[in-house]
Amino acid sequence: MSQEWSAFIYLIASVCFILALRGLSHPKTSRQGNFFGMVGMALAVGTTLLTPAVASYAPIIIALIVGGAIGTVIALRIDMTALPQLVAAFHSLVGLAAVLVAAAAFYSPEAYGIGTPGAIKTASLIEMSIGAAIGAITFTGSIVAFTKLQGMVSGDPLVFPGQHLLNLAIGVVIIALIAYFTAMQPAWAFWLIVLLSLAIGLLLIVPIGGADMPVVVSMLNSYSGWAAAGIGFTLSNNLLIITGALVGSSGAILSYIMCKGMNRSFFNVILGGFGQEGGASKADTGDKSVKSGSAEDAGFILGNASSVIIVPGYGLAVGQAQHAVREMADMLKSHGVKVRYAIHPVAGRMPGHMNVLLAEANVPYDEVYELEEINRDFQQTDVAFVIGANDITNPAAEDDPSSSIYGMPVLKTNQAKTCLFVKRSLSPGYAGIDNPLFYKDNTMMLFGDAKSMTEDIVKALENQ
Amino acid sequence: MSNDSKGLKENAEGLAESARDLAGKAESLAVQAGEAAAAKAGQAAQAGADAAMAGGGHSVVIGLTVLVLAIFVGYHVVWSVTPALHSPLMAVTNAISSVIIVGALIAAGPAEFTGSQLLGLIAVALAAVNIFGGFIVTQRMLGMFHKKK
Repeated sequence: MSQEWSAFIYLIASVCFILALRGLSHPKTSRQGNFFGMVGMALAVGTTLLTPAVASYAPIIIALIVGGAIGTVIALRIDMTALPQLVAAFHSLVGLAAVLVAAAAFYSPEAYGIGTPGAIKTASLIEMSIGAAIGAITFTGSIVAFTKLQGMVSGDPLVFPGQHLLNLAIGVVIIALIAYFTAMQPAWAFWLIVLLSLAIGLLLIVPIGGADMPVVVSMLNSYSGWAAAGIGFTLSNNLLIITGALVGSSGAILSYIMCKGMNRSFFNVILGGFGQEGGASKADTGDKSVKSGSAEDAGFILGNASSVIIVPGYGLAVGQAQHAVREMADMLKSHGVKVRYAIHPVAGRMPGHMNVLLAEANVPYDEVYELEEINRDFQQTDVAFVIGANDITNPAAEDDPSSSIYGMPVLKTNQAKTCLFVKRSLSPGYAGIDNPLFYKDNTMMLFGDAKSMTEDIVKALENQ
Repeated sequence: MSNDSKGLKENAEGLAESARDLAGKAESLAVQAGEAAAAKAGQAAQAGADAAMAGGGHSVVIGLTVLVLAIFVGYHVVWSVTPALHSPLMAVTNAISSVIIVGALIAAGPAEFTGSQLLGLIAVALAAVNIFGGFIVTQRMLGMFHKKK
């Protein structure tokens, strides 16, 4: 296939990728969008296979089949609660692939038309070293994020003195090495850049706490895009540049949305250490009285309400209570109660995670509302049912300037006539702060496991 | 009458003759023009190739142009994504970022076996995991979203 033609088909593939993202503007068009994405990828791979540069097919087909089979099996088996880990693991693969492609371009530049070994074009050297560096950072960073999300290592932030200084020093050395590598083209400089970038990926993510992982996963998503764009420059391939830019900006926007949901600056999250001050939180909970109730009480209140808003948090997914909650909602709807769900932007472990978990439990998407859409309606709501969430309902974020989460947008569950709060104990959330909502007169605590408590409420409703 | 017709016939023949002459001239001109154009095109192609060989500078600027414009497209498209579908958005962007496989395929392509080819093949396999995994998991997620019955 001539170069003109392949460039043209790459353009079509780029448009397909844009349409894939465009389709996600509404659940109705989203599946079609995903189909466009697959078509774009098939066009990209097919066109590349037909270029004269590709002469031996057998090993490539074997690699495609092996990789494709592994990916298919993982994607079909993965549990939706484990989605954030999966995405983190997938990001690491893109990062590693970027490093390998950059290395291949360095050792066989003639295959890419960027010069001969030892005499590679200057621009290409800069591009491949940047692509390799971002790829390496994405690789180790994603692995750390994966192990934290999977619970293989503690989610606690790991902070040590001089951390930021060390990162800065490594960053400066990497930049100096890129300059040296561009001038002299030694192989050791290339691998040293990769090695130091691997180290920095590790050091950047290690100090970030487990609860901040949504930001980290979005950020790594962004990095994997920039790595692809970097390689696109090396290959002078517009498809890679366009796709890299799309993915890069997508990840950046998601990180921004997550940070805004926590009222924290991006740098605050990246510099890490959040959740450390948790141990020093006020322990003055003893003198305040809490009203607690049983599943029967809750069933009675819910059954007599005319409108209910369910506020789910990640605890719902951990307790696998989403199906029980949907059953409860169905029961209430059959009693003529208006049931809606309110999702906070940072509920769950990745952007939009709660929506997927609710959709998995067959909750229709038109009953699920975002914070801005529903926050005003709590005033006219009889019951706010909080399950598996905590900090995202904390009124201290609105009225206590001394609180560490002051300014964070929260769901105004305290404005509902009654707030039912399912929780194991009065322990604080990840931010390590007490929730004044527990002690409000119109709050009833339902102590217990999210799933069994909800099932008990369903039983109570059945008996009504 | 016959004289007239004879004269007309002669005239017509003369016209035909000159038309043939003209056609021949036009033909030769066309050939010349074609040759000249081909030569020009050849020169231009050569110049273009020279430019491409001489400096990657030109292609970097084109690449940057494409990058910046694509960032703007990405910015607008991503903000229009409904927050409910942010997880599928991450999964699908993860899948399409594996378009890096294009670079891996070129590395894995040559007929004779080299170290670079091995690197390329590993990268092809890694990207394939991502492509299949990413699109399938996105499809699974999107398949769960449904409206109120």
